[in-house]
Amino acid sequence: MFIIKHKKIFIGASIFLIAISLFALFVFGLKVGIDFKGGAITEVEYKTTVPSQEDLDAEFKKLDLGSVLLQPTGEKGYIVKSRDITEEEHALIIKTLSFSGKNELTETNFNSIGPSVGKELTRKAIIAVILVSLAIIFFIAFAFRKVSDPVSSWRYGFIAIVTLLHDVIIPVGLFVFLSRYYGAELDTLFVVAVLTILGLSVSDTIVIFDRIRENLNENILNKKEVDFHKVVGKSLEQSYVRSISTSLTVILVLLALFFFGPVSTKYFALMLATGMFFGSYSSIFLSSTLLVYVFEYQEKNKDKKKND
Amino acid sequence: MWKNNLKKVISALILVLLVGAVGYFVYKSEPRLNKNFENERAFFKDHPFRLGLDLSGGSHLVYLADVSGIPSGDVEDSMSALRDVIEKRVNLFGVSEAIVQVQGGGFISGGKNKLIVDLPGITDTEKAKKIIGQTPLLEFKVESRKTEPQKVKVGADGKLELGTIDLNPQFQSTDLTGKYLKKATLDFNPTTREPIINLQFDDAGAKLFEKITGENIGKPLAIFLDGQSILDTTGEGIIDSKDLYAPIVQAKLSGGQASITGKSTPLQARELVRNLNYGALPVPITNISTNTIGASLGENAINAGVRAAVIGFLLVVIFLIVWYRLPGLVASLSLSVFVILMLALFKLIPVTLTAAGIAGFIISIGIAVDANVLIFERVKEELKMGRTVTDALSVGFSRAWLAIRDSNTSNIITAIILFWFGTSLIKGFALTLGIGVVVSMFSAITVTRVFLRVVNFGDDGKMARFLFSSGISK
Repeated sequence: MFIIKHKKIFIGASIFLIAISLFALFVFGLKVGIDFKGGAITEVEYKTTVPSQEDLDAEFKKLDLGSVLLQPTGEKGYIVKSRDITEEEHALIIKTLSFSGKNELTETNFNSIGPSVGKELTRKAIIAVILVSLAIIFFIAFAFRKVSDPVSSWRYGFIAIVTLLHDVIIPVGLFVFLSRYYGAELDTLFVVAVLTILGLSVSDTIVIFDRIRENLNENILNKKEVDFHKVVGKSLEQSYVRSISTSLTVILVLLALFFFGPVSTKYFALMLATGMFFGSYSSIFLSSTLLVYVFEYQEKNKDKKKND
Repeated sequence: MWKNNLKKVISALILVLLVGAVGYFVYKSEPRLNKNFENERAFFKDHPFRLGLDLSGGSHLVYLADVSGIPSGDVEDSMSALRDVIEKRVNLFGVSEAIVQVQGGGFISGGKNKLIVDLPGITDTEKAKKIIGQTPLLEFKVESRKTEPQKVKVGADGKLELGTIDLNPQFQSTDLTGKYLKKATLDFNPTTREPIINLQFDDAGAKLFEKITGENIGKPLAIFLDGQSILDTTGEGIIDSKDLYAPIVQAKLSGGQASITGKSTPLQARELVRNLNYGALPVPITNISTNTIGASLGENAINAGVRAAVIGFLLVVIFLIVWYRLPGLVASLSLSVFVILMLALFKLIPVTLTAAGIAGFIISIGIAVDANVLIFERVKEELKMGRTVTDALSVGFSRAWLAIRDSNTSNIITAIILFWFGTSLIKGFALTLGIGVVVSMFSAITVTRVFLRVVNFGDDGKMARFLFSSGISK
């Protein structure tokens, strides 16, 4: 199987992408949305005349609202981002936007979140991430409890977790890019996307490992001595079409969601699609190659011990 | 042989009929599809899709309840009483399908008790907050016993300044507050038709009330809401400190029941009852988060969601038929069954659909194919190994099961945890995705098997092998 032969290329590509993503994450960071840090978003749409951003900026400078960020949205709309505000301040913002009623507008969305709510959600998100990760680790340990030869079961689990990290870090890297250039913000849906990628990508990896397990068992039953590389290669050959097919169907629906779906889930869909793509990539090109590496490393150690 | 085939055909027909009935239900119970929805039977009318606020438009308000004044054992009761009061208030103003929930102060929510109010269709935040109201504090006050003289200012001309004199007799607070008032109701005297306002106190309130009335017979008992009278007694349209509502205590009252009679108009009396109930808020609350979504935004999101779902579905079907041929066509049928079942479940459970929920559903359409793909790949392999089409099908199904189970388990785990810990947004996603994964296991395995058996006539010719194979294989 050519994948096993050229394993260095595939592992190298993954390491490169992970390095870029982590670099971007630590250098540029993510814009945190109001879900987590608290704040307010007021979104309006003008009926006829849309005031210029300079005029509005000048008006908002006169208010005592701290830093207010004004962004145009759609053809006739504006989004105002500010700290969390009271009902009076909210009315003031609307008044300012409409120049005291001169420019008619409708408010399409208003969201004000107190800092305590943001803190609580952050807490919940962290707990959810920890729990999902733990549950998946336990699930992997359980799924591979019976495989032990020639690579022990916990190593399968370890590799599965490495590929999981790979599948999550790369979409996060993409999100840093979206955050920097398109104003995407770290919000609840971002966390949901990360957790969903965890679930989807582990299932992909597990199906391939399942195949390896099945083929190993068959060889043991038939008392055949087959090279571990060959078993992995054969298992890959048997399962990569499935892996691509399933990821492809999920990516297809996600792209439909990205191009045609609601605005609120666009970045979410794109992130998941990326996660699915790299989830599939890692299941085929990364998990099996890593497994072979681990096997080779083991063999070397065995030889060393013998020689000693 | 033909008997066997007949059995297969009949089971497939039954399945088609069942799914058809479910599809009919989905169509009939959907006002967007069924033009005659208004005249449908109650069963259909009771099951439209339930839309979340981000799709229907409306307000989502979160309040923090200050339970510091309540013994910890009573917090839960007070919170549910709070919910009842707010619910009443919201219903009084005719908001349909409002949801008022209490979120307990467990470990996850950081020990805070919160009240969450969803008001579909109300997009005016100011109005929404007015409906919920600030925390009105209902107090019962008695004439002050301290005869401290009023402090007045003497103006520069040597005369008293009128504005500094409080014209109301001075009142002092009692321990009796709205906390002890169970409810106020309005009655009418059967003969005079005069309104009677009945007050019902709880046990502790009854004792306090008995003590206070006993000490103040013949004196006024003033009722204040947020430090002001609860009735516009001066009749100028504004409730201010000049208004005073203070019925005279007739006798010592025990038993926690009291009625206020007097010459008020039915309108005034109704207002009074409402304010009394309004004031019976057991816990003070403060607004900590507000989200208002305009109706047009929601409408756009629904249309975009439906469009994405239809396009996503068609893309998957095209892929399935091109790549997997005959089994692909069958898988597309299973996928249609899956979609119909999901829509029916959303209505029956019912699942509140949000943009994230629709995303979960759309993703589950993609995942639903997974089980079929696993089966078909297995079947293809078995065909390559020289099995007949019938054998390959049965071995393919049984061998693929383990992989299907394992690959779905992780998704179910994620969905459950997301649902358990999530906010309403996450819950919507987790629920549709989770239901999707479970239903897809049924549709992909059972439904596909029933249909595949029908199209497989036991023919093992070249054509049959071609149709049951897939991809670029011959």
